[in-house]
Amino acid sequence: MDTLIDVRNLTTVFETEQGGSRVVDGVSFHVDSAEAVGLVGESGCGKSVTALSIMRLISSPGRIAGGEILFEGRNLLALSEKEMRKVRGNKISIVFQEPLTSLNPVFTCGEQVREAIALHQKVSRSESKTRAIEMLRLVRIPDPEKRYGAYPHQMSGGMRQRVMIAMALSCEPRLLIADEPTSALDVSVQGQVIELLCELQARLRMAVLLITHDLAVVAQMASRVIVMYAGSIVEEAPVRELFDATAHPYTQGLLGSIARLGQRSGPLSTIPGNVPDPFGLPPGCRFSDRCPRRFEKCSSAEPPLIDISPAHRSRCWLCGGRG
Amino acid sequence: MNILEAQGIRKYYRSSAGLFFVTSPVVRAVDGVDLTLEKGKTVGLVGESGCGKSTLARVLIRLEEPTEGSIRLGGADFLALRGGELRKARRRIQMVFQDPYSSLNPRLSIGSTIAEGIRIHKLARGAEVKERVSRLLEKVGLPSSASAKYPHEFSGGQRQRIGIARALAVEPEVLIADEPVSALDVSIRAQIINLLEDLQTEMGLTYLFIAHDLGIVEHVSDVVVVMYCGKVVEQAPTGDIFREPLHPYTAGLIASVPVADPALARARAAIPGDVPSPVNLPSGCAFNPRCPRVMDICRIERPDLIQLGAGRLVRCWIHQKKA
Repeated sequence: MDTLIDVRNLTTVFETEQGGSRVVDGVSFHVDSAEAVGLVGESGCGKSVTALSIMRLISSPGRIAGGEILFEGRNLLALSEKEMRKVRGNKISIVFQEPLTSLNPVFTCGEQVREAIALHQKVSRSESKTRAIEMLRLVRIPDPEKRYGAYPHQMSGGMRQRVMIAMALSCEPRLLIADEPTSALDVSVQGQVIELLCELQARLRMAVLLITHDLAVVAQMASRVIVMYAGSIVEEAPVRELFDATAHPYTQGLLGSIARLGQRSGPLSTIPGNVPDPFGLPPGCRFSDRCPRRFEKCSSAEPPLIDISPAHRSRCWLCGGRG
Repeated sequence: MNILEAQGIRKYYRSSAGLFFVTSPVVRAVDGVDLTLEKGKTVGLVGESGCGKSTLARVLIRLEEPTEGSIRLGGADFLALRGGELRKARRRIQMVFQDPYSSLNPRLSIGSTIAEGIRIHKLARGAEVKERVSRLLEKVGLPSSASAKYPHEFSGGQRQRIGIARALAVEPEVLIADEPVSALDVSIRAQIINLLEDLQTEMGLTYLFIAHDLGIVEHVSDVVVVMYCGKVVEQAPTGDIFREPLHPYTAGLIASVPVADPALARARAAIPGDVPSPVNLPSGCAFNPRCPRVMDICRIERPDLIQLGAGRLVRCWIHQKKA
């Protein structure tokens, strides 16, 4: 499998009155062509900022302070804004969480999909409209010719998210970043959107970077999972291995705190404390102050990502390694 | 013993009359709901956005007056109360809101927020108020030093603890929790659920727990009530409803819960389509356009809520014929 995007040592900093906050701190990972990778973590862990950094959509007071993002062999961070515009929305596109605020309320949904096509492809107006209708059909919006003229407020949340997906896929991207694509949707509609994304990923052979806090969504869609905590990657593994042989205590805590159907007995297991704020990181391992299995070494030195098996890495001293 | 009995609750809203239309459509947000809360037990109220679950909660604590129906709180007619008597009765039923950010006054210290109810209901005076506030904070797992701080100094999970302390300050018997954990991070959700369960055991509280996360509902509830388009479609003891859901909507909701296990996971779109528009409900059973087991009669006539076995209610023609 060939590597499509290779993020190396990405660091994104937000300048605040208290100084620079490293919201993404030396993150490295890759996504292969046609692969679905889940990027998981809680609010503030840096998962969305990682996505926005890939799209180069970080604006002041944030800035990308270091690292490389190699996409099809080219470093996106070295491109001019004009060159980047040819990549953004064309070869890499993104679907955001909230479809209502992501769509322009004064243009019809079809027109917004058509615009995305016209922006990147040299086609006539009528041709771009035909393609936009095809895209609406692809994401299974019923009666696409008629719904082309519907405004965002005339559609349900699930339908709006389909329009967003149609727009993102209109230029046949190599990589689709889906940032919490189902979190704002109802339970019954969530399943529909996940199923659609799975099907389109296989059919269009595109890579997907699925950003979510929901491990159940990851279990359904991703073949590999990356877990982030407080700005850095703490575990990375093929999806089955992550669930069956969870290595990092944080991932174990996340999995344990899910209230699962059919498992009703006793109190839920929890992770004590709160996600640390970026200026209050504990010394050593970032998770050490909440970790039920910490020992002395954890608060003196931050562990590296340690290889457990060829594709499984964990940032934890329990996994061995020299310190 | 039943602490709260609501019967035939209806709440209709007239959607704003359009500029050019003389007749404005009526939204039946809650359309004839009976609900009983038994002392010390938890009723889980489930449904998708727009099903009327939050409106019902607001009617039950008289933030909204029902269009029709009766509510008995501890045997007395709650809806007949006015002025001072109403204020006295409000103490017995309190609410915890979904969003811990917007539901706390940013200009009030935590101590003042919690003390407000104690003062209004004259439950304590002078130094005793402060002492009560400290005790409440301790009860919800916060240090008493939190009293002098302001909401922005706390994380989402801590704010939700403050919201719970505020609700408990007036020594209520019934707590209505409207999506109390859906705005929180995964690792924090379990903490709040465990806290609510501990408080229930300790203080003998009665809960109405509103949520869309079925895993959590199964975990906390004794009885589950499922609403769709303003009506109860199924009600049953928790064990029964998850083992053998009778209504196709309940079955679909359960099947569409993503499973956090890649071995079992597959993308599921168990219920096709979207929740219908509240101003334009389908004729007959409101669920019929999405129902996999739809029959002719479902499109014509509305099914009644009928009893099938102990504590099991269902509104569906499939079961109506057998009954």
